[in-house]
Amino acid sequence: MTDALDRPLPASDDPWAVLRAATRARVALGRAGDALPTARELEFRAAHAAARDAVHQPLDPSLVRAQLPDVELLEVRSAAPDRATYLQRPDLGRQLAAGTELPRTGADLAVVIGDGLSPRAVHEHAAGLVTALLERLPGWSVAPLVLAHQARVALGDAVGEALGARAVVVLIGERPGLSSADSLGVYLTWGPRPGRIDSERNCVSNVRPPHGLSYAQAADTVAALLGAARELGASGVVLKDEGPALPAGAG
Amino acid sequence: MTRRGTVGGHTYEFPTLVELMAKATPARSGDVLAGCAAESAAERVAAQTVLADLPLATFLDEQVVGYDEDDVTRLVLDTHDPVAFAPVASLTVGEFRDRLLAWAAAGDEASISELAPGLTPEMVAATSKLMRNADLVAVGRRTRVVTGLRSTLGLPGRLASRLQPNHPTDDPLGVTASIVDGLLQGCGDAVIGINPATDSPARTVALLELVDEVITRYGIPTQSCVLAHVTTTLRALEQGAPVDLVFQSVAGTQPANRGFGVTLDLLAEARAGALALGRGTVGSNVTYFETGQGSALSADAHHGIGGRPVDQQTLEARAYAVARHFDPLIVNTVVGFIGPEYLYDGKQVLRAGLEDHFCGKLLGLPMGVDVCYTNHAEVDEDDMDSLMLLLGAAGCTFLIAVPGMDDVMLHYQSLAFSDVLTARSVLGLRPAPEFEAWLARMDLLDDAGRVRELTADAPAARALLAAASS
Repeated sequence: MTDALDRPLPASDDPWAVLRAATRARVALGRAGDALPTARELEFRAAHAAARDAVHQPLDPSLVRAQLPDVELLEVRSAAPDRATYLQRPDLGRQLAAGTELPRTGADLAVVIGDGLSPRAVHEHAAGLVTALLERLPGWSVAPLVLAHQARVALGDAVGEALGARAVVVLIGERPGLSSADSLGVYLTWGPRPGRIDSERNCVSNVRPPHGLSYAQAADTVAALLGAARELGASGVVLKDEGPALPAGAG
Repeated sequence: MTRRGTVGGHTYEFPTLVELMAKATPARSGDVLAGCAAESAAERVAAQTVLADLPLATFLDEQVVGYDEDDVTRLVLDTHDPVAFAPVASLTVGEFRDRLLAWAAAGDEASISELAPGLTPEMVAATSKLMRNADLVAVGRRTRVVTGLRSTLGLPGRLASRLQPNHPTDDPLGVTASIVDGLLQGCGDAVIGINPATDSPARTVALLELVDEVITRYGIPTQSCVLAHVTTTLRALEQGAPVDLVFQSVAGTQPANRGFGVTLDLLAEARAGALALGRGTVGSNVTYFETGQGSALSADAHHGIGGRPVDQQTLEARAYAVARHFDPLIVNTVVGFIGPEYLYDGKQVLRAGLEDHFCGKLLGLPMGVDVCYTNHAEVDEDDMDSLMLLLGAAGCTFLIAVPGMDDVMLHYQSLAFSDVLTARSVLGLRPAPEFEAWLARMDLLDDAGRVRELTADAPAARALLAAASS
């Protein structure tokens, strides 16, 4: 560090560029009095607006169906009746709405696509990831896909149990950040049933090509985890310890 | 013991102190989620009416979280100072609110501030539930808590800041760039505090050495902190790293602290280690704690007497009892970080920020606030501005600031460095005195004492930019 401190400033038309080049943080924005200049302020607002819209845009099943024309797709809702309730009551987002009926399939795998905190992520990435994942699971019987409104990750436990599936994979919109409003997360749970805890799941996050994981990268990891889970009859921390290493950022 | 209150001709019953406290709490989503909130506006006022008539001393005899099963309760009651409590020992909660407001209006800081060792978190929380936002501001600004290590914090007319230069990969140059950006905008007098991207001892030591190098080279009267887990900081101490402050997130129940992986003994051990380094120049406060309403609930560690859910604001105040036991330099609530299931919108976040500041100060803490929000809460910059300015008026010890409101590692929004300048200029507040003198030495202040808008070829900017160039 001492060396870096002692070095002279590089010759440059814009010495502030030194700061900007060193980090993605919003440094050297300049000032208007004691506040941000108008242009910097509007840049921030645009990023926040994209994140806000990603949270509040309703899940549009037709957008997903159009990208998966040959796949049987069922729709369910959680017990959270609207977005405001969903955001305040995560417990309701983990339960199926009263009266929900799903066929008992006995399939190896259930796949749930949930809006989560970014329906936009589902619109943009769910079909691509589902397609890539199913290609990698030739020996698996897969229940009809389930598209879930106002869903939290653990809603997959209720869906997987109702379908009688041995495992459930939940694709869900992640909480938008200022620079990533369309990130999809994938959660794998072996033996789905309500009451499963987070340490019994495996997660691959930040599926968001071209900036985050590609569909192929994510599908490779999830398929490998599913194979290991089937062998072990369990998922979560126990699998993570003995199974293949997750890619960076898979959390 | 069932207590009853009547509002609008309807009588409401509150079977336990736990329920009375919860139902008296101003509305927030976390208490609804926990199932302990008032079920109507009238029930809430009925609970507040009953609470107002409750003797303050009740909280010494009747617990919200049990003495035998929770070490936070034991800490509170075993260290209670009856002499400090004596001036208000005969008052009800409502009378105590009135007395505080009278002292505040008269500018009697001593009478308010000397109560701290005699007050329990539950007393303070109960009082806050009867207060409006302006009450919380009025009393907060007359509650004096002064601490120091290499800068003095909490003096009248001062507003300090934590410079938070987080980076997604802890890249040394990236962190340094954000530090320079903050220093050039007059931030960092409370601490230069980094949340590390990973909790490894090696990474923590590297970051500690980096910030120490910047502080030493430029003679900056402030302190550094890497907000790693306390056990990681203990490892860094063993390796001889330059640890100014021991950091830890704490909560208001023993199970919640267990969820954080901390015990009171562990905190005492780490504090002793940092104290032994003798790195202070103007004081010897060597700990830093963060808290936030909802942390106990999110860990399913929010239950009190009889297994009943305790409201999140009371539990938050109990976390302050943990913090004050270790003579902190700074404490802050991270008020909007945890999400809309605990504090739904701008109104709830603003209220909670003022409550936390008031309760912390009254319990004797050098209280700051991370004025912040996430993208799924009904909160925006305007709400943050309102809370920031109210906290400035309330005499808040310090605010947290990041480059351009955007924390690129933790993915949430806090205040910008320039927001701290706005709060100071609007409210006539100044940085910590030692840091202000340093800013002047670096030629970063104009004749009016305001932080200059610099061109890059200004000598101070050149000197600091050199630190960020590779």
